[in-house]
Amino acid sequence: MSIKVLIPTPLRPYAGKQSVIEVNAQTVGEALSGLVTKHPDLRKHLFAEDGKLRSFVNVYLNDEDIRYLSKDSTPVKETDTITIVPSVAGGR
Amino acid sequence: MAELIDGSKATLSNEEILRYSRHLIMPEVNLEGQKKLKAARVLCVGTGGLGSPLALYLAAAGVGTLGLVDFDVVDYTNLQRQVLHYTSDVGRLKIDSAIDKLTAINPFVEIKRFDTYLSSQNALEIFSGFDIIADGTDNFATRYLVNDACVLSSKPNVYASIFRFEGQASIFATEAGPCYRCLYPDPPPPGLVPSCAEGGVLGVLPGLLGVIQATEVIKLILGAGEPLIGRLVLVDALAMRFRELRVRKNPECPVCGTNPTVKELIDYNQFCGIRGEESEAASNAKIPEIQPEELKRRLDAREDIFVLDVREPHEYQIVNIKGHLIPLGDLPTRIHELDSSREIVVHCKSGMRSAKAVDFLRKSGFKRATNLTGGILAWVDRIDKTLPKY
Repeated sequence: MSIKVLIPTPLRPYAGKQSVIEVNAQTVGEALSGLVTKHPDLRKHLFAEDGKLRSFVNVYLNDEDIRYLSKDSTPVKETDTITIVPSVAGGR
Repeated sequence: MAELIDGSKATLSNEEILRYSRHLIMPEVNLEGQKKLKAARVLCVGTGGLGSPLALYLAAAGVGTLGLVDFDVVDYTNLQRQVLHYTSDVGRLKIDSAIDKLTAINPFVEIKRFDTYLSSQNALEIFSGFDIIADGTDNFATRYLVNDACVLSSKPNVYASIFRFEGQASIFATEAGPCYRCLYPDPPPPGLVPSCAEGGVLGVLPGLLGVIQATEVIKLILGAGEPLIGRLVLVDALAMRFRELRVRKNPECPVCGTNPTVKELIDYNQFCGIRGEESEAASNAKIPEIQPEELKRRLDAREDIFVLDVREPHEYQIVNIKGHLIPLGDLPTRIHELDSSREIVVHCKSGMRSAKAVDFLRKSGFKRATNLTGGILAWVDRIDKTLPKY
């Protein structure tokens, strides 16, 4: 099924400048791999070399951090939204 | 939650009562709340984009003691968003400029001046004189430092950060709530996440986020409403959309978890993998450079030099020296546009991106690539002062 992934500003240059990308997936993990297949430049920003999600990139399913759900294997529904929330430090 | 601030001993003069009358007549603040504001001691780390609106509103609201930490000097590029500082302040210490404005707004505020770089050596001592810390800094090392110092000294960290037209805000390091490390256990490796200086920031965005910080500081002082604890607000100013995500306290958090491993402040530059400016310079030392004067002389002598500009098209629009434009990110796919037999001088804004480009080019067989020292900014300073800087 098709699910929405919201792309934050710092990552949009690697995602064809889009803010929302639809992918077909049954789980959060499938959604993310679908995302980096569509936009290969995103891969190194989301995943470390060992394939694990980078620790300064959080992934939310709706308003909940997937670390507190079933991580990659968290199932998704058509109405769900995945949000990628990378850490940013700017303030000046 | 226990009351953070005891305002029972604070007193307000008749002048202050008149000044704060719009607070005093609303039940959520009233005289009791205004006395809490007066008794409160809030530290603003940074008096830049976030720190400006934050400190302005806290001073106006009557926070009794306002601490300011900043070591920086006002420059022209700050004025587009750092509303504490005026054109006439360029070149002054931000902290002195800030104190003038805040005192002019509210002479009843006592201001504590910390004209210093916040560090692992001074953070706990500085924080000890305050009840609430508001983080308006601009780099990961200081953000982790502020967080850890807040956890270690049991003081709430009212947090916001910004990038281009998006921001994040939350309250960290309260007793029951999560800390910044619960949300982001590790910082990104240097260079992967651009700063405002590199990526730009919409001038009003720190206004939005700094005012959210000020609101949360005041609510914590008053003990009113629902504080932004355990929630991360995401602001997208372009879509004008506010979203809210849950942030949980991580029992395995190295600083605020049940078995903490970080029990004192550490070296945050090292933690953030910052080689620091010196080692950054050292890693660039192997990259051959050309000074602007030398490039100018050789171009004037009509030597065969190919100037490559690796900035973004919108930067090229602002100012350029007629170089061939290939943004750094596109270089690998557009390398065929270059001729490896020619001498190539690469430049960017200040020399960092072009150093990466030269490194990449030399590894790809372009042995005659060199980096223009100091980028186009140095060219403007030293060769052609009629061009604009940005």
